[in-house]
This record gives sequence, C-alpha cells and structure tokens, in this order.
Amino acid sequence: MQSGTFHTNYASDMALRPYWPQRIRIVLVIVLVLAFPWFADRYWLNLANTIGIAAIAAIGLNILVGYTGQISIGHGGFLAVGAFSAGLLAARLNMPMWITVPVASLFTAGVGAIFGLPSARLKGLYLAIATLAAQEIIIWVLNHGKLLGIGESLALPRETTNIFGIPMIGNTDFSFYWVIMGSLVLTVIFVSNLFRTRAGRAFVAIRDQDIAAQVIGVDLFTYKLLAFATSSFFAGLAGALTAHYRGIISWERFTIDTSILYLAMIIIGGLGSVSGAIYGAIFMTLLPAILSNLARALSGTVPQINSYLPFMQQGAFGLAIILFLIFEPEGIVKMWRNVKDYFRLWPFSY
Amino acid sequence: MEKLIQLTLSGVANGAIFGLVALGFVLIYKSSDVINFAQGEFLLIGAYLTYMTVQQIGLWWPLGVVVAVLLAAAVGVLIEQLILRPLIGEPAISVIMVTIGLSSLLRAIVGAIWGVTPRAAPQFLPRETVTILGASVGVDKLWAIALALILFALLTLFFRRSSEGIAMRAVADDQQAALSMGISVKRVWAVAWAIAAVTAAVGGILLMSIFGGVSGQIARVGLLVFPMVILGGLDSIPGAILGGLIIGLLQSYAGGYLPPELGMGEVMPFIILLLILLIRPYGLFGQTIIERV
Repeated sequence: MQSGTFHTNYASDMALRPYWPQRIRIVLVIVLVLAFPWFADRYWLNLANTIGIAAIAAIGLNILVGYTGQISIGHGGFLAVGAFSAGLLAARLNMPMWITVPVASLFTAGVGAIFGLPSARLKGLYLAIATLAAQEIIIWVLNHGKLLGIGESLALPRETTNIFGIPMIGNTDFSFYWVIMGSLVLTVIFVSNLFRTRAGRAFVAIRDQDIAAQVIGVDLFTYKLLAFATSSFFAGLAGALTAHYRGIISWERFTIDTSILYLAMIIIGGLGSVSGAIYGAIFMTLLPAILSNLARALSGTVPQINSYLPFMQQGAFGLAIILFLIFEPEGIVKMWRNVKDYFRLWPFSY
Repeated sequence: MEKLIQLTLSGVANGAIFGLVALGFVLIYKSSDVINFAQGEFLLIGAYLTYMTVQQIGLWWPLGVVVAVLLAAAVGVLIEQLILRPLIGEPAISVIMVTIGLSSLLRAIVGAIWGVTPRAAPQFLPRETVTILGASVGVDKLWAIALALILFALLTLFFRRSSEGIAMRAVADDQQAALSMGISVKRVWAVAWAIAAVTAAVGGILLMSIFGGVSGQIARVGLLVFPMVILGGLDSIPGAILGGLIIGLLQSYAGGYLPPELGMGEVMPFIILLLILLIRPYGLFGQTIIERV
C-alpha cells in the first residue's frame, strides 16, 4: 500500500492514477504500444493482435466474473455470436467493418442478456452450469446453421474491411494493429470508468454481498442482466474483430475450450482488475507461442519434441491454472504489486 | 417396435454407464462441495490404463482391469491430496477452475503417452447378439447393464453397512457434526475421490468395450454429467443414477428417431439442463435448500 498521500480535492481523490510512478509507467506503455508495430515483423504483429483481441474479451469477462461475481462458462459462445453476426452482415449484406463491428457487439449484448436470464433465479455453481448449457446450445446452432446459411466455415469478403470507406491496404496485420489497439484502449477507458459510476458500484456490491446490495437499493435482476449485457458486448466486439481480422471463421474456434481459456486468463491475471485481464491475456497467448518456439529450438537435439508440442501446450495451460490457484490465487496483478512493494520498501522490506 | 427395443436397451446401457460417472461426481460434490470438471478425464484414465495393462503389458484381462481400477483410485486420491486440499475455503470459481485446469493437464498427459489416434481396444465382453422380443441386441450392452447394476448394489451396501460408508453419509449430511463425532473429514474426502475415480474408470472401461476402441472422445461424457446430475438433483445419489438413465435413454431416442443431420443427441441434454434449472433447479431428488436469489 502507498502511504503518506493526502488528497486535498475530489479530483485527485478520484483520479485513476494519482501517483507519479503510475503516470510515468502509463506513458512508457503508450510509447511502447505506439512504437511496437514499426519494429515488429508479421509474426509478432500477429501475436500482438491476438493478445489485443483476447484482452478485450478478457476485460469483458472480468466485468461479469471478477466484478459482479457471476461465473460464466459460456463466453466462447458469446464470442461466436459476435463473430458470426459480423460475418453474416459482411458476407450477405456486404456491410463494411465499421458498421458490422458495433452492430455485432450490440447484438451480442442482447444475446448475453437473454442467457443472463437464469441469473434471476440461480447463483453460484448453478448459474455456472446454466452458462455451460448456453455455450453448448449456441455452438450447436452454429454447427447446424444451415438455416443461417453457414457451412463448415464462413468467409468474409475482403472489401468489407474498410473504415468509413477507407480500405485497409497493404500489410493487414499492421493496419489491424491500430484498429485492435484502438478498440482495446477505448475498452480499457470505458471499463476503468465504469466502476466509478452507479452501475459499476452496483456490480461490485452484488459480488460482495447480494442481499446487502438489495437492501441498499440495488435492483439485483436489472444489474445482473446489465452485467451480462456489458460483458457480452465486449465478447461480441472481440468476436467481430476476430472475424474481420482472420477473414474466415468457423464454430471450432469458439468451443468450450475458448470459454475456459478466457476464464483462465482472468484467474491468472487477477479477478476484478482491468490490468489483470490484460496481463492474463498476454500470459495465456504467449505461453503456447513460447513453448512452440522452444520446441523449434530444441528440435535439432530432441527430434521427437514436435509431436509432443500440442500436449506440452495443453499440459502447461492446465498446470499454469493449477499452480496459480494454489500458490497465487490473486494472480499476476498481486505478483506485480509484490514486486513494486519490494522496491518501494527496499532495503527495509519485511 | 424392434427399433424401440433396440434403442431402449442401448439407451439403458449407456445410461447405466453415465449413471456410474454421475454417481462419482455427486459423491465428490456431496462430501466436499467441489464441482469436478475432470470427471470425464477419469473415464479416459480408466480406459487407457486398462488398455495398457491388458493390451500393452498383456495381463490376463480380469487382472488387468483390477490393476487399472486400483491405479485409477490411486490417481483420484493423489489429486485430492495434492490439488484440492490446498484450496479448501477458496471461492467456488477457484475450485471450478482448478478442476478445469486438472482436466486439461490429465488430457495432455494421456495424449502424450498414448497419442490422439483412436486405438483398437481389448474386447472382453462377448460380441455376439441375442434376440429379445424380435430385436437383436448386443450381449455386451446387456453385460454393461448388469455390471453397472452390480456396482450400484455394492455401493449401496457400502453406504448402508460399512462404517466408512456411514461416515461418508454423515459428512455429506453435516460436516461440523461429523467432525465433532470423531470422523476424519479428510479421510472421507480421499475415499470420495477414490470412489469417484473408480466408478468413472469402470464406466470408461465399459464404454471402451462397447465401442471396441479407445480415444479422447470418451472424455466428452464429462460434460454430459452436468445435465444428469442437475436432472437428478446435485446432491442425490439415486438422482444421479436415474438422471444418467434418463439422459442415456433420451439421447438414444433422439439419435434414433430424429433426423441424424440435426445431431439432436448432442444438444438435447443441455436444453433439458437449461429448462430444469429454470423450472426446478434442485432436480428430481435434490434437497430444496439450494441458494435462491
């Protein structure tokens, strides 16, 4: 904890980043994000874009799980709704990306609210199991989506990837980097400020003690649905961006494994923290990438390592979840705070 | 009529196996409030361990099955001691996530050892068919039903007669009271995980014998456990068995009578799950004291 700070006005008391080290760090991060694509090759740009999309969805999921305390094992399904609604708008109606992405996000918010309806009667484990059913039902609809005109996969026409009519030319990884990072920055600003509004505080109140929240005048049902809708909005945003970025989507990208991946991100990053969701997204995206690079480096000395790579990645994923939950349940956010505290108190830390 | 009998019998056979898996799940939930997402992987472990002892090592098959089941029980106890024990008192999401992580880890280990390509399995149940009321039915399915029934009977005896079983029921009923009566709750948890691993392993072995092969697909039953236990009531052992039978039958009928390209068998259990959660969340036999909002 920072001590010895005395705020003399409300503006500084409410500030998201009141301390100088925090401000310097955020400027450094902004410079890094702005400079990165000019030096990175396509492989790293692709990784950065994947991380950006994952971070948007993870922040969204954190609104629901970390801040409101409603466990959802159905977020892969919501991502799929976003991706396929954007994909269908682009492929069937030839709508450009700057229309499909917001429309798909709003539509996903609506679908999320519908599947949030069971939260009126259920909580805890029962709600988690209900969202599991939502996941399976959504994927089944997409898998048997002959009514919607989806085959095995859905291709998006290239010319729909434009912004206000300006086509994205050349290196698409490079131009998408700006779209994705822009969306991520807007998401971070929106969600950070959300928890300083009535709705955001109501979410936290529901998580901490739902009966007490009801007593002080929080309408549980409304705010739970709102949490589901907000959370699904960002899942839809991430899904729609995935659809346009990849250019081709299929339901296999959004199975229950995806839901679990996002839950793992926010658990490992830190529940109830925006930066935690980003750390988790970075960790969970880089972990398999680092393992596959490692396998490639070792393939000279250990030739059969490549056939074990998928299992190494899957095992490392499971092991990371287990180890974090046993040894650092508060996630990377807590570890980072420990590091900062160590240096702040150095050399007299105890 | 022939088709109906055929579908009913294969539904009951699958349902009895599902019931075994669901029973282990409910046992863990009742005694320690843990939702076990890795139940499907226990099937996988049971099946592959049997494959190892019978096919790869070449033991006489009843011996191989017994060794495999004992090994599965040891894995169950080990998991409880190493992974679940440190998480006592943590919020529900942590416990759910740790079993999800566990399922991923177990699948990776099984995949790394035995690969992902389906393997032809040792078949110890007889393969011939008999004719019942004009419908030809595989004998292996009848065997599966009989074996599941025997196991149910043994477990019922265990819970009613043995002091270990009575201790487990006491812990499920009231942990505090059980502790004050001198029952070791930790021991009960270990036994619960061992039994869950054993019932799932037997389920996996039976499924392997019916399919005539073993692959990662078997773990898919792990997700189907949720509709069964919610249908029967999350904390009811007879409910789990009945839930397994009902889901097995419905899946069999949906697969047999509805157009196959719809794939209704896969999704229907989850639609039922959602409906039951909305109408009667405590299921058929569950205690009605679940948390309501």
